[in-house]
Amino acid sequence: MSDIGTETKASEAKREGAFAKFLRETEVDTRLLGMLAALALIWIGFHYYGLFVNGFGAFLTPRNLWNLSVQTSSIGIMATGMVLVIITRHIDLSVGSMLGFIAIIMGTVQVNILPQYLGLGHPMIWIIAIFAGLLMGTLLGAFQGWMIAYGTIPAFIVTLGGLLVWRGAGFLVARGETISPVDATFKLLGGGPFGAIGNTGSWIVGILGCIAVLALIILGRRKRKTFGLPLRPVWAETFLAAIGAGAVIGTTLLMNAYPWPKGIIKKYAAAEGIEVPPEGIFISHGFAIPVLILIGVTIAMTILMTRTKFGRYVYAIGGNPEAAELAGINTRWMTVKIFALMGFLTGIASVVASARLGSATAALGTLDELYVIAAAVIGGTSLAGGVGTIYGAILGALVMQSLQTGMVLIGFDAAIQQVVVGSVLVIAVFLDILYRRNSK
Amino acid sequence: MSDTPLVQLKDISISFGGIKAVDHVSLDLHAGEVVGLLGHNGAGKSTLIKILAGAYKKDSGEIWINGKQAEINSPRDARDHNIETIYQTLALADNLDAASNLFLGRELTSPMGFVDDAKMAAETAKIMARLNPNFKKLKEPVSALSGGQRQSVAIARAVYFNAKILIMDEPTAALGVHETEMVADLIKELKDQGLGIFLISHDTREMMDLCDRVSVMKNGQMVGTERVEDVTEDDILSMIIMGKNPKAAA
Repeated sequence: MSDIGTETKASEAKREGAFAKFLRETEVDTRLLGMLAALALIWIGFHYYGLFVNGFGAFLTPRNLWNLSVQTSSIGIMATGMVLVIITRHIDLSVGSMLGFIAIIMGTVQVNILPQYLGLGHPMIWIIAIFAGLLMGTLLGAFQGWMIAYGTIPAFIVTLGGLLVWRGAGFLVARGETISPVDATFKLLGGGPFGAIGNTGSWIVGILGCIAVLALIILGRRKRKTFGLPLRPVWAETFLAAIGAGAVIGTTLLMNAYPWPKGIIKKYAAAEGIEVPPEGIFISHGFAIPVLILIGVTIAMTILMTRTKFGRYVYAIGGNPEAAELAGINTRWMTVKIFALMGFLTGIASVVASARLGSATAALGTLDELYVIAAAVIGGTSLAGGVGTIYGAILGALVMQSLQTGMVLIGFDAAIQQVVVGSVLVIAVFLDILYRRNSK
Repeated sequence: MSDTPLVQLKDISISFGGIKAVDHVSLDLHAGEVVGLLGHNGAGKSTLIKILAGAYKKDSGEIWINGKQAEINSPRDARDHNIETIYQTLALADNLDAASNLFLGRELTSPMGFVDDAKMAAETAKIMARLNPNFKKLKEPVSALSGGQRQSVAIARAVYFNAKILIMDEPTAALGVHETEMVADLIKELKDQGLGIFLISHDTREMMDLCDRVSVMKNGQMVGTERVEDVTEDDILSMIIMGKNPKAAA
């Protein structure tokens, strides 16, 4: 008995050693692996729960995963900004209300104001509306940041005020009405069959993605060589390249596997004068435009945080505000810029959310601030400051949205959803605290 | 030693809420000289040098660098005058690695304007090999480093950017015996290279060993400045405690 026991232990230690070696040589973040595992568990769990309890598994289908990608966009875009806010030891409770307010402003501009002067359906309408929304978001964010940095009012209070003020302002501007319909081009930014780039477009994106993965790995290796820094073994580089490219191609295949619904195809065929054969036509959705926006924002924010002085200063301020100040960083002005950026991203999220809805209501984005903060925190952003990543926040947003969608699919009602989402947030943060304690 | 002092602090005053933290203090520093600042906690030593480092704004008085009057209103201004400071609290961002801390506020960038981490890491490795050959944890956040290793990061920052004037606020307070010796050797080496160094410490013996002159402060005022060979350790102690210069009284 005891012999067997020690033997298993020994082999376990050996296996552990191999795994640790693997992690060290590939330089893969264990946190990232943990989050991916949690996500996989959620997805498989919901699918098989549906399969066994309700008789059908609806989660792991192209249709659901495509929808999940679109639903994650708005929260994900805002979560990338919330990472910066939380890293610098602040919080922004106003993003949900601000999203609603900006949606109302953009709705008013494109439905009530511009058509009078430019005529309905003018090609400049959606551009001006979006510009107005992004500008509004940036200004509101900067204003809040200015009160926090120069007025020295705690961010919690300023943005708690903002939570009420922007929501109320939205209702006032819209006089409680729903503003619709939004401009036709604007609507494409929210997804849907026409708001996706189709089979060919998606493959172009996918191939560009693969090239980017390879380029990153090759350039990174060359740079390390130039400065004589330790290199990853070749097998690890190859493995990472294969995983990266595989993930990109897999996602592309998945997005292309979801066809347009029959009704849309019938309409489209009638408009284009195509005969629909009895077995139907398979037209792929491909990547939805909001997902491409999210990908673009993620790449831009990752570059900002890891490759620019701005990003370095965000981390420095979070780690030790006094040291940052003594190093000559203007921490107050940085705070204004960080909140302005948060507002700008809220503007983008507002475009996506109101385009997806096809209208603007003052209630749009209600409770989004909590999902955004939860996404950032589940993604490993520390409320104590100084720690957090953009990709973590995106994964966090995906986890939150997967929970939400999954519970809808298996028929949990709204009350249970709230209980589960709230509990998951607390448990996730607790696990994070344990993880950090052990890794110290 | 040239005739023009490297630094002249003339009649500096600053008060916080009615308390005169530094009260009409004058002090100078020459190239290749170490001047020690001694005094009880709250005597105004750290406040005085923080004014020179740009962390505080003086209420009145003048700062002259190389015989020219200088305006120092921010840490950046101080750096522009080649003044580097090693703070008591170390002033490191714990969550960043050694290279990011060393270059904080002065990052090396690629032609595209992006921070060049690989180059900064390589430069850090180079200077660390000189200052502290045992330093290996280049990629870890500085929170994972020992007190001595953290101190060498702070010192490397000053050395790398060719400081002419170095301010060290209790550089050995958090260090072990061996590490303290290393810092002492480094101070001597930097002095030989012609830097002017302000050193703050509570350790009178260490100060007698390292400094050319020592200044004693009490309650924001300058008690006196003496060449170390002209005074005994007891003289210094009585200056610190009594707030009177025994030689002036004699």
